[in-house]
Amino acid sequence: MQALTNRVKEVDRKPMSLMERMYLPGIIKGMMITFSHIFKKKPTINYPEQKRPFSPVFRGLQILNRDQEGRENCTACGLCAVACPAEAITMEAAERQAGEEHLYREEKYAAKYEINMLRCIFCGLCEEACPKDAIYLSETFTPADYQRKQFIYDKNDLLIPHPKENPEAYSQALGNRPKKESVN
Amino acid sequence: MFLTIDLAFIIEKLILIVVVVSASLVIAMYTTFAERKVAAILQDRRGPNRAGPFGLLQPLADGIKLFFKEEIIPNFSSKALFILGPALAMLTAVMTSAVIPWGDKVQLFGRDINLQIADINIGILYVFGVVSLGVYGIMIGAWASNNKFSLLGGLRAASQIISYELAMGISLIALLMITGSLSLKEMVLQQQAGHWNVVYQPLGFLIFLICAFAECNRTPFDLPEAENELIGGYHTEYSSMKLGFYLFSEYINMFISSVIMATLFFGGYDMPFVNEASFSPNIAALIGIAALMGKVVMFLFFFMWVRWTIPRFRYDQLMHLGWRILIPLALFNMLATGGVILYFHK
Repeated sequence: MQALTNRVKEVDRKPMSLMERMYLPGIIKGMMITFSHIFKKKPTINYPEQKRPFSPVFRGLQILNRDQEGRENCTACGLCAVACPAEAITMEAAERQAGEEHLYREEKYAAKYEINMLRCIFCGLCEEACPKDAIYLSETFTPADYQRKQFIYDKNDLLIPHPKENPEAYSQALGNRPKKESVN
Repeated sequence: MFLTIDLAFIIEKLILIVVVVSASLVIAMYTTFAERKVAAILQDRRGPNRAGPFGLLQPLADGIKLFFKEEIIPNFSSKALFILGPALAMLTAVMTSAVIPWGDKVQLFGRDINLQIADINIGILYVFGVVSLGVYGIMIGAWASNNKFSLLGGLRAASQIISYELAMGISLIALLMITGSLSLKEMVLQQQAGHWNVVYQPLGFLIFLICAFAECNRTPFDLPEAENELIGGYHTEYSSMKLGFYLFSEYINMFISSVIMATLFFGGYDMPFVNEASFSPNIAALIGIAALMGKVVMFLFFFMWVRWTIPRFRYDQLMHLGWRILIPLALFNMLATGGVILYFHK
């Protein structure tokens, strides 16, 4: 029969020769192979201590951004919720009162902002949709919890640490991921 | 009539027994750890490294886990035999260590203490007897489980050990014709003076080694517990520390057969290229123990190395190898040795 590819290998059905029937040469050959593996480099990454470097476009958990003075960027326009294919985002808007200028950057803000992390597919469309650079995907990943309701992240979970009060945590949460140009 | 009982002698032997038994338990414990590490390294993995530094506390964690597991005794099992099985397996595994010479004499408190619990003149026969009893632990446990997989495992273990015991015994006869003694201590002393027995008996050693693998139920002869076809073989129904005892006795057996092979063929506690007489007796004894342990570690590594290289035999292949290859080879070896001895001693 004509072979379809040139990778066909004829099965060797010859009876075993004396050397093969003695098994020992074959066994020694095999043991040399396993022995050589002692000196091979192990591909394992010791996860909690070592982390695999992420690609620059890695999409992890969302974070709600603040500007340099620590004011929340979000204006509760709802574009992220509309863009979200998994319908994971809900929010309620509120008007900024007098005296709250140091908290919110614009006149309208999100009083309530929730992302259901069990629904979220980490596509990053919310980040693309946001006109105010208020939400973006960080490098944090693998959230773990005991209850399903804990996976509905509210503003406390999502907001980035204050850049002035806690600059270290802020820069850590910001991560190395390239951001869109700020829209100020 | 009063027997004069040497109290110090009894205390000395008791201490020695406690030390030897606990040492073999600890070594067996760490052999399980080493097995996992060696397996991991041969397969380019890292192995257990979370419990303690380098995972060194892993065997302790395993032991504690086994103790706290639920104890299940199946309804249809014969309860007494079910409990007797692992106990017997463990007992016979530990008993063999009694006749092994762990080292030369030490001088403590003005006494010469022999680092051997009992130097009986039929030492190696005793080892054989006790090791053969070991299969009863497996058979009884397998039978008492009232489970067809366990029963199959037990049957396999029994017939396998009987088949390989023969070849092992015959290969040993050739060795005994050279040494002219059954005492393990005597054999070590002879090897210390002359060459190691493996020089005179390479074929005998090879046969003995293969049979030792079969006797310990190690891969490639681990058919009694072939997990793919028999679930767990003879210990399918066992749980908690009873299972632990079975697995543990396997590792003690492995340790003991490594010691026996080192003693019979590789000079026991004889350190090569070192003249023990030039040291004080205590230091010489320490060197001896270290030499024996070094050889044992090599053998244990070899056991593991083979396990993670060679796949399991089929059952007919196993029987074919035992009866139609190893026994004739061992007989040939015995006859050849006898002929050579006759020729040179005439």
